Amino acid sequence: MPSTVKMTVNGKSVSGQVEGRTLLVQFLRETLSLTGTHVGCDTSQCGACVVHVDGRSVKSCTMLAVQAEGAAVATIEGLAPAGGDLHPMQAAFREHHGLQCGFCTPGMVMSAVDLAKRNKSPSEQEVREWLEGNICRCTGYHNIVKAVMAGARAMATGKGGDDD
Amino acid sequence: MTDTGIGAPVRRREDYRFLTGKGTYTDDINRPHQTHAYILRSPHAHAEIKGIKTDKAKKAPGVVAIFTGADMAADGVGGLPCGWLVHSKDGSPMVEPPHPPLVPDRVRHVGDQVAVVIAESLDQAREAAESIEVDYKPLPAIINTAQAAKSGSPQVWDQAKSNTCYDWHIGDKAATDAAFAGAAHVTKLDLINNRLVANAIEPRAAIGDYDTGTGHYTLYTTSQNPHVIRLLMGAFVLKLPEHKLRVVAPDVGGGFGSKIYHYAEEAIVTWASKKIGRPIKWTADRSEAFMSDAQGRDHVTHCELAMDKDGKFLGLRASTTANLGAYLSTFSTCVPTYLHGTLLAGVYTTPAIYCEVRAVFTNTVPVDAYRGAGRPEATYLLERIVDKAADEMKIDPAELRRKNFIPKDAFPYQTPVALQYDTGNYQATLDQALKMSDYAGFKARREEAKKRGMLRGIGIASYIEACGIAPSNVAGALGARAGLYEAAQVRVHPTGSISVFTGSHSHGQGHETSFAQVVSDRLGVPIENIDIVHGDTAKVLFGMGTYGSRSIAVGGTAIMKALDKVIAKGKKIAAHMLEAAEADIEFKDGKFQVAGTDKSKAFGEVAFAAYVPHHYPLDKVEPGMDETAFYDPLNFTFPSGTYVCEVEIDPDTGITRIVNFVAADDFGKIINPMIVEGQVHGGLVQGIGQALLESCIYDDKSGQLLTGSYTDYCMPRADDVPSFKVETSKEATPCTHNPLGVKGCGEAGAIGAPPAVINAIVDALSERGVTHIEMPATPERVWRAIHGTVARAAE
Amino acid sequence: MRDFNYQRPNSVADAAKALKGEAKLMAGGMTLIPTMKQRLASPSDVVDLAGVKDLAGIKKDGNAIVIGAMTSHDEVAHSAEVKKAIPALADLADGIGDPQVRNRGTIGGSIANNDPAADYPAGCMALGATIVTNKRKIAADDFFKGMFETALGDGEIITAVSFPIPDKANYQKFPNPASRYAIVGVMVAKSGGTVRVAVTGAGQSGVFRHKDAEAALAKSFAAGALDGLKTDAKKLNSDMHASAEYRAHLVGVMAKRAVAACG
Repeated sequence: MPSTVKMTVNGKSVSGQVEGRTLLVQFLRETLSLTGTHVGCDTSQCGACVVHVDGRSVKSCTMLAVQAEGAAVATIEGLAPAGGDLHPMQAAFREHHGLQCGFCTPGMVMSAVDLAKRNKSPSEQEVREWLEGNICRCTGYHNIVKAVMAGARAMATGKGGDDD
Repeated sequence: MTDTGIGAPVRRREDYRFLTGKGTYTDDINRPHQTHAYILRSPHAHAEIKGIKTDKAKKAPGVVAIFTGADMAADGVGGLPCGWLVHSKDGSPMVEPPHPPLVPDRVRHVGDQVAVVIAESLDQAREAAESIEVDYKPLPAIINTAQAAKSGSPQVWDQAKSNTCYDWHIGDKAATDAAFAGAAHVTKLDLINNRLVANAIEPRAAIGDYDTGTGHYTLYTTSQNPHVIRLLMGAFVLKLPEHKLRVVAPDVGGGFGSKIYHYAEEAIVTWASKKIGRPIKWTADRSEAFMSDAQGRDHVTHCELAMDKDGKFLGLRASTTANLGAYLSTFSTCVPTYLHGTLLAGVYTTPAIYCEVRAVFTNTVPVDAYRGAGRPEATYLLERIVDKAADEMKIDPAELRRKNFIPKDAFPYQTPVALQYDTGNYQATLDQALKMSDYAGFKARREEAKKRGMLRGIGIASYIEACGIAPSNVAGALGARAGLYEAAQVRVHPTGSISVFTGSHSHGQGHETSFAQVVSDRLGVPIENIDIVHGDTAKVLFGMGTYGSRSIAVGGTAIMKALDKVIAKGKKIAAHMLEAAEADIEFKDGKFQVAGTDKSKAFGEVAFAAYVPHHYPLDKVEPGMDETAFYDPLNFTFPSGTYVCEVEIDPDTGITRIVNFVAADDFGKIINPMIVEGQVHGGLVQGIGQALLESCIYDDKSGQLLTGSYTDYCMPRADDVPSFKVETSKEATPCTHNPLGVKGCGEAGAIGAPPAVINAIVDALSERGVTHIEMPATPERVWRAIHGTVARAAE
Repeated sequence: MRDFNYQRPNSVADAAKALKGEAKLMAGGMTLIPTMKQRLASPSDVVDLAGVKDLAGIKKDGNAIVIGAMTSHDEVAHSAEVKKAIPALADLADGIGDPQVRNRGTIGGSIANNDPAADYPAGCMALGATIVTNKRKIAADDFFKGMFETALGDGEIITAVSFPIPDKANYQKFPNPASRYAIVGVMVAKSGGTVRVAVTGAGQSGVFRHKDAEAALAKSFAAGALDGLKTDAKKLNSDMHASAEYRAHLVGVMAKRAVAACG
């Protein structure tokens, strides 16, 4: 049944008509044309759809748009200013070649930023365990892990992290 | 080396858009007035379709149209073609059954396409599909690879007796039998190469968009090779001429082989778009991907290795049954044959080899190339039997390999199974990998682990692969139905900036960076002034696409050839501008210079002159600077290397943990070492996935896919794998027949890793009497191997 | 997913009223939404508890830790109160799903669903928790009724779970490598002379107490006391991920490890 949902996405107030069943990821991709958030599975496992809701990483394929009523949502598009310098976590992924095809990347980066906010200097093992909910088929994770460790340190030294 | 030239670890130019969510993948594209397609798929592994009723579904809310196989057949739509004709031992051609995009009469695997529902929304299409009534008469199904050819097994195709597509062989049987007759020792091994699902994280998608005004079709699709799709779909399926059909493969989220092939959904949305006069989008969900993307591997093999008393290899024979699934996918037939049987010399001097491959149909999803394609199967077979032989002969596995390596001064080397290796130095990568892994110190580490109650093992694999299938005329003689060259166009703009159009598609490989490095290096032009364009048949002249680690070796060389033409033309122009003889012009560091003088013109000045030809040799040279080249290689390239894996096994649970993994690869010359390392990492984890985690499992009786989602098909995660030590060979041997000296690196990891891991596990379990374990070596399988042996010992 | 009517009541009473016919209650949605996506459930109404105040939160109440039904796994995992009183419970919560699931998934949702491979049911059973609903209090032993079945009646909503603080406890999980649910999960808890051992992931009827293990550990609380422990494989799940025989073996291994980790 269609209803109007209102929320903040990347700092801007937005609203749109949704059905009860409309997933947050559908609202972002189809209503708001924020296609940086991807869908790679239908069982809530791959993590390509990770965004932040009220500062915490969630799988936007496993949340209804109506559940985000009134929430502050952050997507990959909001991490760095349009056309501007990369957020430290994004920059670390580039520097350490933490992406190949780029499809899992937005979810990986959003997940990594959530980790970095909780843990300023995660160990390799902590990063690997944190990324349990993000599947990458290209990189073998080696460079993603390096990137997340470096990105977390860069965020801790004050160069970013204010993404929500 | 400049900081953006060949050999520099240039950070990727494509990353900014991917990191900021600005990539454009097929599902990100929406066309005006677009509709959505849902494919109704067979719930049965094998069934006759007695009837399909769509009346009720057609009246469902939002439905625009519903089509079945009968509708497509009535329009004269053809079947999906197979790109490689293989002949059996007796000279007969393979059995090549029809492969209609929508099946009208008999479904042959779970997921087979039965009807397409087109509606205003995907939800509406899906809901309407539920009211389509298909009257199925279920038939018995055959799933098991080893059982398929046995008498009494259900038949997938009436025309394929014993479910056999072909019964192929290669090598000298008599010479091999003679070698075995004279052997001091024969090692025998039965093994299975488990079926895998490629699982690129971007699911396949396709948008068909017919322009009623111009009669042009556009297909947006998740493809590794848009020109191949245009050719196959245009010429064989929809019978549309190329000039009316544009295929766009925009950003593609990984392929690993599974996005090479021409799929039914591409033809369906393109064809139906004209029928309804509106664009149609189809996007697979992951469950659909599991039952419709071509799968990989699935070999059952018996092999034997004959040796003299010192362990020198005398002969090898292998007999493989390869499961092709229910239909012949685009390149399926060449994978177990020309990409597998021909690799069985490996890096060894084995003088006599004989290999038989029986390819069988089963009621499963079609099988085709998956990262490595045939070469992982060959390498697994070889490197496992070599290890087993070392164990039986009581020779250190590294030593047995070294004893049998093709010596570095023996190149070019003709193997007994058709290939001629141009270069290689296998000792160098073995030595390097042994050093990197502290092979010599392993015994102490094993003892230390034992004190903690852990079983520790070490495993080696020395692989070779053949990349960039070539040349086209030889491939054609062997059954290829397409050329295997690559095309490139270098367009120099008036102010000296450059657009390079390449037929090699990039879907993670970083071509927009590494190809630009090649151009920057050759022309001395800043990398910022170079754009690499790929993935659109309306922009790129032609292309055979990206697979088989061929992009830099074949696509990169095509670019080099076009650059040669640009430089040759530039010399003519510069000679005129500098009032010198053309023969005296040298091109170096981005300048055309009169040899031995300081007179020169910058590349940009020459480009400008080509477009503003006021002082220009118009009598000798056309204006403009836009050159194309097609490159057809003289031979394959032959990357090689050695991997060493070290594992610890918890005997209580059977859990295997990789504690160290090193890779030493000889890829010839390296364009971008950062990208090369990344390719190796990715390949390694796919290989480790095969060895430890991944397996595509069907119910043997019903044919239902049991591993149909990520909750059951185990994808490697970050905490399943270690960090790696990856190096390229310190004594690399550049390819001798391409100007870049490159060999390709995309598949190596997936080829070398599985035997390295399994050899390590078998080594760890050897004290418990274990001599082989099948992949994936799951904890239960390992625990059973330990437990079973212990139980036997107690008897 | 089929469409439904979304409701977001402000009180447990209103939520209970909304639970009519084919309506389904939603907490974090980590199971319900995937189930609806696969069309394994198609409720007429989804009643979201997120609008109900005071259902989330953790407090110490006498010798118990009381966790509100809408408390996320992440909150339990990082709660100073839980870590201090029942560190095993924090560890259990920290091992559920992945970080994103832990951010949304709730204890009430997990328990109400009673997935046979979920972690919390083992925690509840071994710790002798009390499940508090809008109607009554139910002992964990009486709450879990088999696969995906609980003692919850119509219109009954979990509001909190109360965990008595044990002397010692530990949870050991052997996860399914693909789904990361438990193939076998064993929680061991000791309170005075009483030892409770609960097993999840393995049983055909969901979580169960391992009475033989409890008896052995009551005599001697040491890993060695479980040497030769028998677990009847006939009552265990067997699937492509693990045979019943292997699960039976793992129950012993995990139980021993849990006891050893109790220190």
